[in-house]
Amino acid sequence: MHKVLTDWRAILVFLFPAVLIYTIVLLVPIVWSTVYSFYHGMVGINLSFNGWKNYEKMFSDSKFIYSFWLTIKYMLVVTPGQIVAGFLLSLLLVFYVRKFSVLMRTIIFFPVILPTVAVSQLFVKIFEIAPQYGLVNSILQYINLDFLVQAWLGQSSTAFWIICITDIWKAMGFYAIVLYAGVVSIPEETLDAARIDGAHGWRLVQSIVMPLLRPILVSSIIFSLNGTIKVFDSVYAMTAGGPGYSTTTLPIYMFNVTFAYWDYGYGSAMAVVIFLQSLLLTLLIYMFARKDV
Amino acid sequence: MKVRPLKLLHVSFILLLMLMITACGTSNKVEDTNTPANTVSEKAEETKEPEQVAKKERTITFITMLKEDEGVAGVLSKLAKDYIKENPHVTFKVDTQPQAGLTQKVAILAASNDLPDLVMGATEELQDIKQIIDIEKAFTELGLMDTLAPAAVALLKSGNKVQDGTFYGLPLEMNIEGIWYNKKMFADNNLQPPTTWDEMLAASDVFMSKGIQPFAVAGKEGWPTTRLLNGYVVRKLGKDAMMKVKSGEYKLTDPGFVEAATVLQEMGKKGFFGKGVNTLDYGTAQDLFLQGKAAMFYMGSWAIRDFNDPNKNLIGAENVGFFNVPNVAGGVGTMDQYSLNNGSTTSINLSKFDDELKNFLKYVFSRYGDRAMSENGLVSGFLVNNPPAEIPPLTKLTLDLLAKAKEGYGPFEVYFNSKGGGEVPGFMQYLVEGSWTPQKFLEESEKSIRSE
Repeated sequence: MHKVLTDWRAILVFLFPAVLIYTIVLLVPIVWSTVYSFYHGMVGINLSFNGWKNYEKMFSDSKFIYSFWLTIKYMLVVTPGQIVAGFLLSLLLVFYVRKFSVLMRTIIFFPVILPTVAVSQLFVKIFEIAPQYGLVNSILQYINLDFLVQAWLGQSSTAFWIICITDIWKAMGFYAIVLYAGVVSIPEETLDAARIDGAHGWRLVQSIVMPLLRPILVSSIIFSLNGTIKVFDSVYAMTAGGPGYSTTTLPIYMFNVTFAYWDYGYGSAMAVVIFLQSLLLTLLIYMFARKDV
Repeated sequence: MKVRPLKLLHVSFILLLMLMITACGTSNKVEDTNTPANTVSEKAEETKEPEQVAKKERTITFITMLKEDEGVAGVLSKLAKDYIKENPHVTFKVDTQPQAGLTQKVAILAASNDLPDLVMGATEELQDIKQIIDIEKAFTELGLMDTLAPAAVALLKSGNKVQDGTFYGLPLEMNIEGIWYNKKMFADNNLQPPTTWDEMLAASDVFMSKGIQPFAVAGKEGWPTTRLLNGYVVRKLGKDAMMKVKSGEYKLTDPGFVEAATVLQEMGKKGFFGKGVNTLDYGTAQDLFLQGKAAMFYMGSWAIRDFNDPNKNLIGAENVGFFNVPNVAGGVGTMDQYSLNNGSTTSINLSKFDDELKNFLKYVFSRYGDRAMSENGLVSGFLVNNPPAEIPPLTKLTLDLLAKAKEGYGPFEVYFNSKGGGEVPGFMQYLVEGSWTPQKFLEESEKSIRSE
């Protein structure tokens, strides 16, 4: 067995199928899409070589610039939201709710397995104003805060934040469970020793739990960032990028340009930008994490 | 037994190849859609005639936002069922896609040369990429040109942004647009259907004072609000205003458009569209009107299929009235001019225009006008040779209006490019919520419609 597993040919045999599938499913479309980004028009219909024009266009396309920064803003709000909320929930599960831990873990994880569109529609109803008030507006009216009743998803100033709340709520359970696994793997003796030295509550978390949880935290952040950079389904289901283009993230804009405005080339260029964004962020965080090891 | 790594490599490679070959063997059928395709097919009896057995199976697919039994799709499905009785080798499939994603789906199918036989929507885009057939040519070949109403043909030709006398979409419905109103609400408040925009605004003030929402508007969709804007524009600047925008004679930033946008924004600010107008989709807005929660509802006559449905129309069909977009002070347009359209036109795939499809089209469209009217009360651009004895009142009203309409004009986006047509209705949301000034709305719209 040992001889087989150390033989490079055996390793190749075991890895080859996975590498092949990875290459076909992931790498080939990336390269293909990059090639399309130098063209203008629709694939198989009227594609024409465009050189760098699609990339030059981005600098003068106000909607691209808006969508780009909106996606960054979304990432900077939702990723910390998901990780912090997930972390706090994991601490709750480990230190405070031990007796009902299994039930609580199930409840906390439940939103993660719900379809994104279903969760989006749920929040649309919660924040509804017409044809009748949803939960939030009803509560505000009930407690005589009528001046706060508003079209949360129907105005450009608030729609973005409601989408953020929805996506944090949906995903925080996932990070709660991942980080919970990390926290419970910390040896009890380590925690006891810290307590004997006088570390309690937040001090214990800050000085002992978080440093030991670092690798999992870094992985969670990378995972969350990759998801938030590419956000599409929840935004599309809730506002379709509106009102106006106030919630049009880069993936939504890319989708509209490609399939509604029939410019596959320009849409592919945006896909390349999203890919590079994702790659850069992952590398930055990974380098930052490795520095401290 | 020792297994040599090289032998292991050979075996694994063969297994992988077998897996790939199996995966590559896909079906060529059109069933690969997001929603289950509805199949209308009646096979012949077990003992077939020899000549029928010889005929190759043919599936004719119609992609649409409608369900199989709904509106235009319903009429086609019934006619197809009759056709299939005599031609059992043919199957008719209705591929229903959500309206919001239909254009995207059609784009994907067009790109992969997998466009269905009949396509509802995206006619202009498909025309640009030459994947659909010139209807006049096709119908002349099939001897069907005299089934089309001349007014419908004229409307289609004038609505074609290419303006070369061709048209590429079938007028499976013919719609007239205007403002449907709750007769009882008007009567209870001693109001008459307005003939000027100022009278309409005054009526709206009265409704607001009584706690009644004046207009039900599906602001989330964008286009219902641009319809209202368009109504003001064509009354102010004439029915050819949008054609002049296309030609460059007018710009969207011209004073007439600024006035229209300002009026619309004021209506939104005053609450005439209700709270959260940008959150309302089509169905919800229509429900507000049909449940007696709003006094007026700008919409096309396609809505009468729901107005005639007592399950949806709680105010009663007899309580629904219609008035055309009122005149604007100092404007050149008149109330003789109506917003007319053929709805989402249906085009024919050029590459699938074979003998089987030709026979099918001949059968279906020589009967379409009569069948649409008699069974669904649907007004189409096809002539009705045998009108039914009883027609629902609102359908009769629509027919009377169509007969009365001296001149027609299209919607605001009719001559816009894909980008403009997609973006400008979205910009309307900024206008009605008040976050953009009319000037900014029009400047951004002008930029959008002129972009490459």
